[in-house]
Amino acid sequence: MSQIGSFALLLALALSVYSFLAGLAALVRGGPSSERLGETARRAGIAVFAVVVLAGLVLVVAAFQNDFSIAYIYHHSNRDLPAPYKFATLWSGQEGSLLFWSLLLATYGLVLRLRYKTDVRLFAYASVVIAAVQVFFLLVLNFAANPFGVMQGSLPADGTGLNPLLQYPEMVIHPPMLYLGYVGFTVPFAFALAALAMRYPGEKWIHITRRWTMVTWGFLTCGIFLGAHWAYSVLGWGGYWGWDPVENASLMPWLTGTAFLHSVMMQEKRGMLKTWNMWLIFSTFMLSIFGTFLTRSGVVSSVHAFAQSSIGDWFVTFLALIFATCVLFYVKNHAHLRSEHKLESLVSRESSFVFNNLLLLVACFTVLWGTLFPVLSEWVTGTKVTVGAPFFNRVNIPVALLLLLLTALGPLLAWRKTSVESLKRNFMWPAIGALGTGVILTALGMRPWKDISYLYSLMTIMLSVLVGLTVISEFVRGGHVIRRHTGQNLFSSMLQLAHRNTRRYGGYIVHFGVIVIMIGFAGSAFNQEKEQEMGFGDKINIAGYTLVCRSYTQDYNPNYESEWAIFDVYRGDKQIGTLNPERRFYKASQQTSTIPATRSSARDDLYLVYEGQNPQTGRPIIRVHVNPLVMWIWVGVWTMIVGTVVALIPNAVPVRVVAPARMHAQPVGAGD
Amino acid sequence: MFPLIRNLKSRPAFKLSLLMLAILPLLGAGDQSARVSDLGHRMMCVCGCNQILLECNHVGCAYSERMRGELIAAVDRGDNDDLTLQWFVQKYGTTVMAAPTKTGFNRVAWITPYLALALGLTLVIFIIRAWRARPLALPPGAVLPVEGLELERFREQARKETET
Repeated sequence: MSQIGSFALLLALALSVYSFLAGLAALVRGGPSSERLGETARRAGIAVFAVVVLAGLVLVVAAFQNDFSIAYIYHHSNRDLPAPYKFATLWSGQEGSLLFWSLLLATYGLVLRLRYKTDVRLFAYASVVIAAVQVFFLLVLNFAANPFGVMQGSLPADGTGLNPLLQYPEMVIHPPMLYLGYVGFTVPFAFALAALAMRYPGEKWIHITRRWTMVTWGFLTCGIFLGAHWAYSVLGWGGYWGWDPVENASLMPWLTGTAFLHSVMMQEKRGMLKTWNMWLIFSTFMLSIFGTFLTRSGVVSSVHAFAQSSIGDWFVTFLALIFATCVLFYVKNHAHLRSEHKLESLVSRESSFVFNNLLLLVACFTVLWGTLFPVLSEWVTGTKVTVGAPFFNRVNIPVALLLLLLTALGPLLAWRKTSVESLKRNFMWPAIGALGTGVILTALGMRPWKDISYLYSLMTIMLSVLVGLTVISEFVRGGHVIRRHTGQNLFSSMLQLAHRNTRRYGGYIVHFGVIVIMIGFAGSAFNQEKEQEMGFGDKINIAGYTLVCRSYTQDYNPNYESEWAIFDVYRGDKQIGTLNPERRFYKASQQTSTIPATRSSARDDLYLVYEGQNPQTGRPIIRVHVNPLVMWIWVGVWTMIVGTVVALIPNAVPVRVVAPARMHAQPVGAGD
Repeated sequence: MFPLIRNLKSRPAFKLSLLMLAILPLLGAGDQSARVSDLGHRMMCVCGCNQILLECNHVGCAYSERMRGELIAAVDRGDNDDLTLQWFVQKYGTTVMAAPTKTGFNRVAWITPYLALALGLTLVIFIIRAWRARPLALPPGAVLPVEGLELERFREQARKETET
């Protein structure tokens, strides 16, 4: 098995090198004679997909066949591991996850190379860039982190098993989603570099990459929040985001990718920010690679980073090469990126995008800075410091609040110029709604002056209401116009409106999802927790809930042994459910993990952790968290996904409205 | 703008509001469990789990339970926040603090993001000004953009024609 896998990786490397060199030679030589050479490069790129898939399959089959002669399988699987987790072995360790990176890149490359007729020359350039990235990953896989390395000495009877924390259903889909996001940014990067290298006229490359970027961004969003949900459901500390370096690594390209999705509209609509967009997508790709480096080099400590290894040097070299290539082509061809229009007014959609980009980049810089500061501090002063949640929250929350304000203002601003009167007119009712919300919440007992976190929480909810009302008013205003002309009901009119300009209204739905998530985050200021030793019949009261310990029980299966606590949950005198927090002991890895039990509602989550037994008294210890509004976060994520899907749907042909006597035919909902 | 602020400053109600804003954050201070919670969330568990002290959930963790006990003892003794945190730093090292202190080189950690924001804002304003001032690069044969009064006239016309 290992020989087939190793051979497949070598063959994939050879094909990638050929795809890169032949593709480059064809582009440099140009002319009809090089067309055949370019075609062989394209086909070699397609063949890379088949061979890397073979390598991936070999590893998965080895996991299912318990082939512990392969060191990677020995370290990340065992005989009694359930089938879905055996499949997940592919991305559970350093070497396998790099192979998975390469596999996804080959898949994206396949789609790109099959769609080459869209623009043969641009796609040929992009294909060369993708081949170069693929060469790097296959070099690492062949010479620094080979997943098919064999065990030395006698063949072990069983493997050491998969990390217990990874044995959770979401871990089967979270890494693929995240990697689809990371790897996917290679495609817009490849097109951007291709467009710069060939001095591509017009904005067609932006149109081509728009869907790629949105799909990639959508995957990264799903990956990040699946990771948050996994942390909440498995780690048992009652939270979903800990500002761990690995989490930060995924957030950074998401922030720059979000900035790109906004600013790219300025290039499409107004021919502006061409240089900025180019560097934004370059940075997003580099941050994806940097994140991969961060989690694999051991440069920063993290709960869920991969083991330290020497591959960090490979990534640093690769990053330096990418940066040098980007600078080289930029210096050579930057004159090509001159803006076609100038900014007319500070109060305009263009300005709001510029400030939106600034804030997103400052947030990204803060995350990067905080992640790397321990290294810098140790280097400068010789003393290592910790940069954790208090730092990131203190610095990033005000930036996030400003971003929310801009999210409310942005849709109300027109391209080129907006009159202050029109802004006032559109902004007044949402602003009154937001202020009214603040007054009501304060009257209901929210005390923003007692703690800065309460103040942030109140401001977040008020600004979210502001954004929500502007989004709703946009839908209602547009829906009314269509209703007047078509006679449909308002809801159908709003659906039709969204279908006419899916990108715009899909974007609004995404914004709506963001505010729902922000409201969920705001709830964390009011978290409560209690920890208590609990025997049969013991009670614990928290935030209006009463928990009564009914019993403890045990269970066994070939993979792990588990202990369960059974709790009856009461609200007042009424029993509202039963919760079973669990603690597992995995036999192969000899490790323990907790599986919290959660009762979710729109108001709060009741979250129970069975922490084990007190070594002194032998009594079970239960920790209870009441986390307000957490469900809103997951609902918000679904809303964002719906919005992204809506934005990907092609626009319906605008209905030509029958004009009254002095009106010309006007497509409603068109324009952004 | 400025006369409005001057007028406000002279009003007693405004002064009273400022005083209340200054005092309000102090209300409720001194509550022991709130202090333990606050301080416990400003420190890390040093067992290597990379978790905030009060969020470390490892039963039998060699550090977190002892550290929590030490924290409660310090608060019960009446030690102020600085003294308590300093005691932990001396015992467990600088990495016990969940965020850099605001002294020495660590100040750089806090200042830099705000500096980046200020620099970014300055740069954006500079760029926007430059954009507004610069001439356009028009392709040969292109028509000059409509601006000023003429533009306003067209906008007004468009508004009238599209009004229902």
